[in-house]
Amino acid sequence: MNTNGYLSGSNLERVLKNGYFAVTAELGPPQSADGNVIRRKAALLKGYCDAVNITDNQTAIVRMSSIASAVIALQEGLEPVIQMVCRDRNRLAMQSDLLGAYALGIRNLLCLTGDHQTFGNHPTAKNVFDIDSTQMVQMVTAMRDRRVFQSGGEIKGQEPRFFVGAAESPFAHPVEFRPYRLAKKAKAGANFIQTQIVYDIPAFKAFMEKARELGVHKQAYILAGVSPLKSPAMAKYMRENVPGIILPDELIERMEAAGAPWAGKKKEELTPEDKKARSAAWQAEGIKICIEIIQQLRQIEGVAGVHIMAIEWEEAVKPIVEGAGLYPRPVIPEPEAQPG
Amino acid sequence: MSQDLQIVAYCCEHCAYAAADLAGGLRLQYPPNVRVVLLPCTGKVDPLLILHALEEGADGVMVAGCLPGNCHYLKGNFSARRRVAYVQQLLKQIGLEAERVEMFHLSSAMGSRFAEIAKEMTERVAAVGPNPLRIPRKEREP
Amino acid sequence: MIVAEQKSLDEIKQLVGRAQKVLVVGCGTCVTVCFAGGAREAAIVAAELRMASKLEGAPKEVTDVTVQRQCEWEYLDQIAEQVGQVDVVLSLGCGVGVQAIAEHFPNTWVVPGLNTKFMGLPTEQGVWEERCAGCGDCLLGLTGGICPIARCSKSLLNGPCGGSLNGHCEVNEEIPCAWQLIYDRLKSMGKLEVLMDIQPPKNWCTARDGGPRKIVREDLRLATEE
Repeated sequence: MNTNGYLSGSNLERVLKNGYFAVTAELGPPQSADGNVIRRKAALLKGYCDAVNITDNQTAIVRMSSIASAVIALQEGLEPVIQMVCRDRNRLAMQSDLLGAYALGIRNLLCLTGDHQTFGNHPTAKNVFDIDSTQMVQMVTAMRDRRVFQSGGEIKGQEPRFFVGAAESPFAHPVEFRPYRLAKKAKAGANFIQTQIVYDIPAFKAFMEKARELGVHKQAYILAGVSPLKSPAMAKYMRENVPGIILPDELIERMEAAGAPWAGKKKEELTPEDKKARSAAWQAEGIKICIEIIQQLRQIEGVAGVHIMAIEWEEAVKPIVEGAGLYPRPVIPEPEAQPG
Repeated sequence: MSQDLQIVAYCCEHCAYAAADLAGGLRLQYPPNVRVVLLPCTGKVDPLLILHALEEGADGVMVAGCLPGNCHYLKGNFSARRRVAYVQQLLKQIGLEAERVEMFHLSSAMGSRFAEIAKEMTERVAAVGPNPLRIPRKEREP
Repeated sequence: MIVAEQKSLDEIKQLVGRAQKVLVVGCGTCVTVCFAGGAREAAIVAAELRMASKLEGAPKEVTDVTVQRQCEWEYLDQIAEQVGQVDVVLSLGCGVGVQAIAEHFPNTWVVPGLNTKFMGLPTEQGVWEERCAGCGDCLLGLTGGICPIARCSKSLLNGPCGGSLNGHCEVNEEIPCAWQLIYDRLKSMGKLEVLMDIQPPKNWCTARDGGPRKIVREDLRLATEE
């Protein structure tokens, strides 16, 4: 297939290559075989993002397969980015699934290490970690660009052509190494990068400065991760428990201020209506903060888009994208297939 | 009944052994069930030493070392304390009462304290009864 | 060294089952040093079994013996007679020792008294930590002498994952992040540039993944007539 200079010709690639500020979102498959969950979430996201990440057994909990969920998303008219973690598959399984994913119409892939299985619902499982995420990027770009399997053997016939992404957590430790790890992934061939959630703009600016110094922004499109806060408790939980998240006090104070009318009351003093109203106030503030962060991120040189992680809160994507002035999303025609 | 009990007291020569001597000198009464075994330090106590006494039929084992911080060899008494705790766990698995073994701390000047712990240990062992390893099963069960 | 830990007495009792005569065999090498299966531990386990079985009303005859190394035929030959007299051998050797006894004494039932844990070292008295995974293709030269295969929970080769926090691994705070250690060491040695090379996928053939491994040294084999 000729892709007119595109690597995969995916919508995400077209948006980025044509210089638009990209928006990706996230869709978590269900812990069941119910495809309607995907359809329902897809309906909330369609039109508000250029592509949607489909997580792969996120937090090591068994969920509907990323590839199967992605096919349902495709049927719903939503472009998927399948995530693939190194925890669950060896290089054979990865490559075979990717051949299948391409045949099913999937064009974007995000290569991840994966959370350790001890976090999930099968902590007694054996993990794989045959290759790491950097090596996965190398493997899938070689399948696309050199038409070879990881073994070096030739792919006879159609090669899988993915727009290949990788992740970086700018504030995970050792912090000084993170821009270099990012550069390593770009060197391995990553076409786009999605980062861990950013709340601390000055810290992220410093990271991007280093990334630009290393020239990463010229090699890969960097999409900054954002996530709307849902409540002060969630904010504090993330700050304490999620590695690589810096949440400034100011944001937690803003979330608390949003719930001020109900503050100081005990649980039993709040009516269900009160709780609903407080929750709505928190959510509105969380979305507002998220929009502000996106606007600040857009000003940073080298940030090519945002990745909105509204975990189990897909409804938030629409107001965020609209509020950030990123709606409607650009429509770029697919490259015409040329006779080969 | 309790006069038949045998309690082995592993005593450090720098404290408990001297205290036992002092108790004798002061003519303090303490149960005759306690058999004192002299050790250079309770740090010498090894799980096997305690198990050996119990396997051979002792009803209880007390390990008596220096007061915390006063060990002649710095930390021998603390090592003993950890090993006693370990043996107490082993005893439960074996099927014996953990109460049969205990660690005590005292100084050489505490003659009356020695009499006191000897009494305490005897009462404690009397409460759990004689070592079933000493008495054939047939006699134990009515 | 090989680091092991004793099984619970309950499990050992189950493994020994109804056997009347039991020989507890300690090993004088690795498991002695890690206080799991040396002469002293063998004597303790034997006493435990004697006491427990007596309390249960079916006293067993339990003796113990310790050899210098259970993993060498010559040392096992020394206990052949004792082994021949019992119903079961309870090996307090590592998994290699148990198998060596089984292999050397085909008519003897042998059961393990230890769980063999890892290759590691005592970082302080009473604390042992894993250091080597025996992958068969040592890459410590690339990482400043700190092994990411054995010490990174995900065996990553190109740097830390996103779960590294304050020097520890995402799995739990007890595990130091191997890549933080590697980074710190290379930084202190002025060799950070080593980390910029992309390490290719590892050849796991040399590890367990290639099947059970074997080494043959012709220079060391006993000479035959030539």
